[in-house]
Amino acid sequence: MDKLMLLGDEAIAQAGMDAGISGIYAYPGTPSTEIMEYVQKSVSSPAHEIFCQWSANEKTAMEAALGMSYAGKRTMVCMKHVGLNVAADPFMNSAVTGVNGGFLIVVADDPSMHSSQNEQDSRFYGKFAMIPVLEPSNQQESYDMVFHGFELSEKFRLPVMIRITTRLSHSRAAVKGKETLDKKTLGLPADPMQFILLPGIARKRYSNLLSYQPEIEKESEHSGYNQFFQGNDNSIGFIACGLAYNYLMEIVHAKKLDHPVLKISQYPLPRLLIRKIKDQCDSLLILEEGYPLVEEFLKGFPGSDKKITGRLDGSLPREGELNPDHVAKALGFSVMEGPSVPGVVKNRPPSLCKGCGHIDMYNALIEAIETYGPGRVFSDIGCYTLGALPPFSAINSCVDMGASITMAKGAADAGLHPSVCVIGDSTFTHSGMTGLLDAVNDQSPITVIIGDNSTTGMTGGQASSATGRIEDICRGIGVLPEHIRLIIPLKKNHAENVAVMKEEFAYRGVSVIIARRECIQVANRRRKEVRTIKS
Amino acid sequence: MKTDIIIAGVGGQGILSIAACIGLAAINSNLQLKQSEVHGMSQRGGAVVSNLRLSDREIYSDLIPRGGADLILSVEPMEALRYLPWLTEGGWVVTNTTPVKNINNYPGSAEIITEIKSLKNNIIIDADEIAREIGSPRSSNMVVLGAATPFIDIDYKIFESGIAGIFERKGNDTVEINLQAMRAGREFSIKNN
Repeated sequence: MDKLMLLGDEAIAQAGMDAGISGIYAYPGTPSTEIMEYVQKSVSSPAHEIFCQWSANEKTAMEAALGMSYAGKRTMVCMKHVGLNVAADPFMNSAVTGVNGGFLIVVADDPSMHSSQNEQDSRFYGKFAMIPVLEPSNQQESYDMVFHGFELSEKFRLPVMIRITTRLSHSRAAVKGKETLDKKTLGLPADPMQFILLPGIARKRYSNLLSYQPEIEKESEHSGYNQFFQGNDNSIGFIACGLAYNYLMEIVHAKKLDHPVLKISQYPLPRLLIRKIKDQCDSLLILEEGYPLVEEFLKGFPGSDKKITGRLDGSLPREGELNPDHVAKALGFSVMEGPSVPGVVKNRPPSLCKGCGHIDMYNALIEAIETYGPGRVFSDIGCYTLGALPPFSAINSCVDMGASITMAKGAADAGLHPSVCVIGDSTFTHSGMTGLLDAVNDQSPITVIIGDNSTTGMTGGQASSATGRIEDICRGIGVLPEHIRLIIPLKKNHAENVAVMKEEFAYRGVSVIIARRECIQVANRRRKEVRTIKS
Repeated sequence: MKTDIIIAGVGGQGILSIAACIGLAAINSNLQLKQSEVHGMSQRGGAVVSNLRLSDREIYSDLIPRGGADLILSVEPMEALRYLPWLTEGGWVVTNTTPVKNINNYPGSAEIITEIKSLKNNIIIDADEIAREIGSPRSSNMVVLGAATPFIDIDYKIFESGIAGIFERKGNDTVEINLQAMRAGREFSIKNN
C-alpha cells in the first residue's frame, strides 16, 4: 500500500476507515477537528457508507457512538481534551457498561494551551475510567494503534482511549496503511442487561470492569508499543511517554547517549517493565507530554529510594508542551541558540478577521453598555472570545462552552443589571440552550446576544447544528417573541443596532438579540467554490 | 542529508501551501519528512509557523531544536525575525518584504529590514512586486519559495515537477504561472547571493 503524508489526526481518521468503522462522531475542537474532517472529505463514494456528521456537542457524540457500538458496529468518537469534560458522564459509564462493537475514544490534548483554556491530561481520565489508553509517539503509531485499539476493545468489550497532543495532531509524516478490515454487521449485545446501569446491574458491571484490570495491565506489559531498550550506562535511565519519546531520541542520537530507555505508549502502566528499568538504573528521568502522571506514580512506588526526576522536581518545566531543548537541558547539555529575537519584533496575537460581523456586533455592544459601566458582559468559547482583546476589551469571562448564559444568569440573580452575555450560534446549541431554559424558568433578567455567523468559526467553518432555527429554538424555550430581536451587524446599521441593544438592556426579563451575518471566511470560501464550478 | 526549515508568516498567508510544495519535492527525492503545522486560533491573523524537517535518515522530533534550522523562510518580514533563536550558525533567512500590519504597534519597515540585513546570510525579496511583474499577484508565495530553493538540498527540477503536480488540476496556465513565479524568485536569490 502507498505511503500517505498525513497529520496525526488524519492518520487516525484513515486508520478508522481502514479498520472498518461504520460511523464517527465528534464536535469540532482544536486540535482534534481534522479527524472528522478527513473522514468527511474521504467518504465521497457511497461504497464507504460511514456515518460522519458533526454532533451538537461531545456528550451527544459520545452517546451516539456508544449506541452504534451497542448495535454491534465499530465506531470512533473524537474530541479535544476539554470536550471530554462535557462527555465525562457517558465516558465514565461506558467503561462500566462495556461495549459491544469496537469503541475508540480519541482525545486530543493541548499542552501549552495553543487554542484552549487549560492543558488537562486525558490519561488521568483513562485511569479514572479504568480503561486501556494508547498514546502514540508518531503518525505511523497513530495509524497502527487504531487497529490495536479496536482489537483491545473487542477482546475486553471495553472502550479504549487514544490520547494524542497538539504537536502530533498537527504534524505530518509518511504513513503506511494496512489491509482494510470489513465492517461489522448489525448485532445486538449478547446480554440484554449489559447497558442497563440500574444499581443492581451496575454493581455487577463494575465488578466485571475491576476483574479485567489485571488482564489489561498484562496487555500493557506485553504490548509491542511499550518497549524496553537496553543501554550500557546505568547512571540514569529514561522513561518516555508518547510524543516525549521523540524528543528524547532526538537528543540521544545527537549526543550519542547510551542509557536504558523505557518507551511507554500503552496504559495502564506496565509495572514490571517500570520495575525493571528502576532496578537497573541509579536514577530515572521521566518524560511525559502533559501532567506528571508516571512521575507521581513512581514517587509513590514502594521502596522508592532512587532519584526520580522529571516535571515535579524542576528538571523539566512543570507546564507546557515539551520540546527537544527541554530534554537537552534536563540532561545537562547547553543549547546552541541562534541570534536572540530583536526588540523590534512585536507580539501578533490572533484577531477577528477583516470584515467579520463580530466586529460590528462588539462596536454596537460597547456603545450600548457604556452608560452602565464595565464588567457586565459574560462570554465563552469561539471566535467572539477575541472580543476580550484590544481594541474591544468587551467581555469579562470565558470559562467553558455555554457558561456565558449561565454566568450572566447567576450574576443577574445576584442583582447585576443589565447582565449581558455573548455566545456564538454553534456554542449556543452545544451548551447554551439549557442555560437559557433556566433563565426563562426563573425569569432571570439577562440579555443574550447570539453572534450568529451560521457556522462553527474558530475551528475552520464546520456546519453549525441549528443554522436558520435559532429564533425557533429561543421561542420554544419560552423567550417572549417581542424580546427575540434580529440585528444585522454591519457598520451601516450601527445606530439601529445600538438602539436595539439599549432597549433590551433596559428590559427586566430574558431577551435574546441575534446578531446574524455569515462568517466572512465561510462566505469567501463559498464564493470561491461557486467561481470554480462556473469556470 | 538533513535540512531543517522554519516557514513563518501570518495566519491566512498560506504558508502551508509552501510547506506542501517543499514536502512533495522531498518525498519525490526519497527523503524522510516531518512537517509540524499551526491550526486553530492563531490562524486568525496571528503569528504562524511550520517546522519542516527533511532527512535521509529517521527523523524523531516534530519540532526543530533551537539553533538547528538551516533555513528560515518567511512570507512576512517581521515574522522572519521571530524565530532567529532557531537559526543554526551559517543558516539562511529568506523573507518577503511586504508587511502585514494587523497590529497597532507594528514597527517601522526600515527598522525590520535593518535587522534582517544585519544577519550574515539573508535574502530580502519583494515577492509581491515580482509576482505583479509576471502578471500573477497571487503567486508571491511561489516567488518566496523559489528564492529559498537554492538553500534546500533538493534538485530544482524536482521542485518544478512537484509544482506541476500540485497545480495540474487547475490547468496548464496555472502550472506555468507558478513555475514562472518560482523561477523568478530563484533567479533573484542566485543573483543577490
